[in-house]
Amino acid sequence: MSALLEIQNITKRFGGLTAVDDLSFDVAEGEVLALLGPNGSGKTTMMNIISGALKPTEGRITLAGEQITGLPPHRVAAKGVARTFQLVKILPSLDVRENVIAALAFRRDALWGQEAQDEADRLLVNAGLSARGGEMVENLTYIDQKRVELARALASQPRLLLLDEWLAGLNPTELRVGIDLIAGLRDAGMTILLVEHVMEAVRALCNRCVVMNVGSKIADGDTDAVLNDPGVVRAYLGTADA
Amino acid sequence: MKLTYGIPAALAALVVLACAPLFVGPYWLGLLIGLAGYVTLASAWALFSGRTGYVSLATVAFFGIGAYTVAVLSEAMPYPVVLLVAAGIGLGVALLVGLATLRLEGVYFVVFSFGLAELVRQLVTWYETSINGTLGRYIFLDFGPEHIYWQLLALAVVTLLLTWWIGRSRLGLALKVIADDETVASHIGINIAWTKITLFAVSAVIMTLVGAIQSPRWTYVEPAIVFNPTVSFMTLIMALFGGAGRLWGPALGAIPLFLLFEWLSANFPDHYSILLGLLFIIIVFLLPRGVVGLFDDRFGTRRAEVQPAASGEGAGK
Ligand SMILES: Nc1ncnc2c1ncn2[C@@H]1O[C@H](COP(=O)(O)OP(=O)(O)OP(=O)(O)O)[C@@H](O)[C@H]1O
Ligand SMILES: [Mg+2]
Repeated sequence: MSALLEIQNITKRFGGLTAVDDLSFDVAEGEVLALLGPNGSGKTTMMNIISGALKPTEGRITLAGEQITGLPPHRVAAKGVARTFQLVKILPSLDVRENVIAALAFRRDALWGQEAQDEADRLLVNAGLSARGGEMVENLTYIDQKRVELARALASQPRLLLLDEWLAGLNPTELRVGIDLIAGLRDAGMTILLVEHVMEAVRALCNRCVVMNVGSKIADGDTDAVLNDPGVVRAYLGTADA
Repeated sequence: MKLTYGIPAALAALVVLACAPLFVGPYWLGLLIGLAGYVTLASAWALFSGRTGYVSLATVAFFGIGAYTVAVLSEAMPYPVVLLVAAGIGLGVALLVGLATLRLEGVYFVVFSFGLAELVRQLVTWYETSINGTLGRYIFLDFGPEHIYWQLLALAVVTLLLTWWIGRSRLGLALKVIADDETVASHIGINIAWTKITLFAVSAVIMTLVGAIQSPRWTYVEPAIVFNPTVSFMTLIMALFGGAGRLWGPALGAIPLFLLFEWLSANFPDHYSILLGLLFIIIVFLLPRGVVGLFDDRFGTRRAEVQPAASGEGAGK
């Protein structure tokens, strides 16, 4: 497998704070990679840098060999990166179907009109929201809003999907459903980089993990090995102790 | 249901309005010209500001550019070409200004847009006095006021149709998404800057054409007349009064306010400015969401599909 995403020596400073410190790793085509780390270790910052929401202070990022470092989000999106947000972001003035159509209408191979309606409904069915297209997103439960966000991200036909704690805040039953949904995407060949605190999900979905602590990479490898690594355990426990 | 009655009613109203010059005297025709002008200006203003939250006071910059282009070129080229050139200049200025300034937020944009209008006026004044050696210009075009009226009426219709069409187009969807959440907008592939600039340019070209079409009314034109900042303020207040987020809002705001302003200036010429200022204050205080918003509250209709532009919030980063 070749690398779809290459993160090379990325550093991000906010004033005096170094949120990401010389971080490098690759995500292979078709791989589901977990980016782990205690709270405040820089995971969301790294996701923001990949999606173009933040510009790195140093380093470079390539997608399928092409530089995307520092491009604005709409251009990164056009190159095939879609994402969900740690704090779910829906479009409250639009209904569920329109939330998805919004992404269909502005992707490279844009859809509009009846085609967009049909494709949106198909994506909503896949996300477990059949027949909910006409509802206002604000009235949906938390997990259903997350489903809308996922359907919207998939509507962009991404080559790389970024999920920032998409499974956080779900109850055990919902978690099962959520894991199955992502597993379905993995089996269909989607390349996914996910940030997750739910270790059950990480074990079920990822062969490989990268672990960050205070902005730096402290582990990178096979999921079981990484999760049993004494350094990783200490980093997680360390924050719990503090 | 609304549409089935709405379209024939609108067409009937349009026919009546188009025939009006055949029946009314010069005073009323003058009034209709002013009315058509402000309905168009307010609708064009709302097309941009009502949908993006950028409160613009640059209306008269474009209006004046249109008027001055006609004054300078009307004898050198055929009239339709002059209109095209005016629209082209308005477009050029709008793109330049848009690229430079749409990153300004809220009050900074308001001040900038006001400054732009003053800057254009000073530039034209300087050019006329220093380079050209005159201050004013005469416009001689051999068509009557009814032709000006028909052109403005057509422009008003085009503006409303364009607003309606944009509301249902991908551009309209982009604007709604941007109003909801700019982060989501950019991450699903929307070029926020260009979406706003496109709308600003469309709005500016319409304003330029209003100035160009109206200019022969004056016969004599000078910068202080065509770049009068009151035009910007009146346009803004009319659009806000009617409801800037709605298709018909600005038109419904422009009609009563224009007639009121006319009545005030005819009956209280000495105190007109004071009364105008008072009216502005009252409207901003009492009707932050416009009269259409008032109807929505009363009858519980669904919230405006786009954010009304009562404040500079939602302006881009
Ligand atoms: N825009 C910003 N300006 C200043 N500091 C920031 C900004 N964004 C993040 N930070 C800081 O950078 C560090 C990393 O934050 P980040 O959100 O990336 O952590 P995280 O790993 O996603 O944490 P969590 O697991 O809690 O989501 C934190 O100390 C945070 O306060
Ligand atoms: Mg985070």
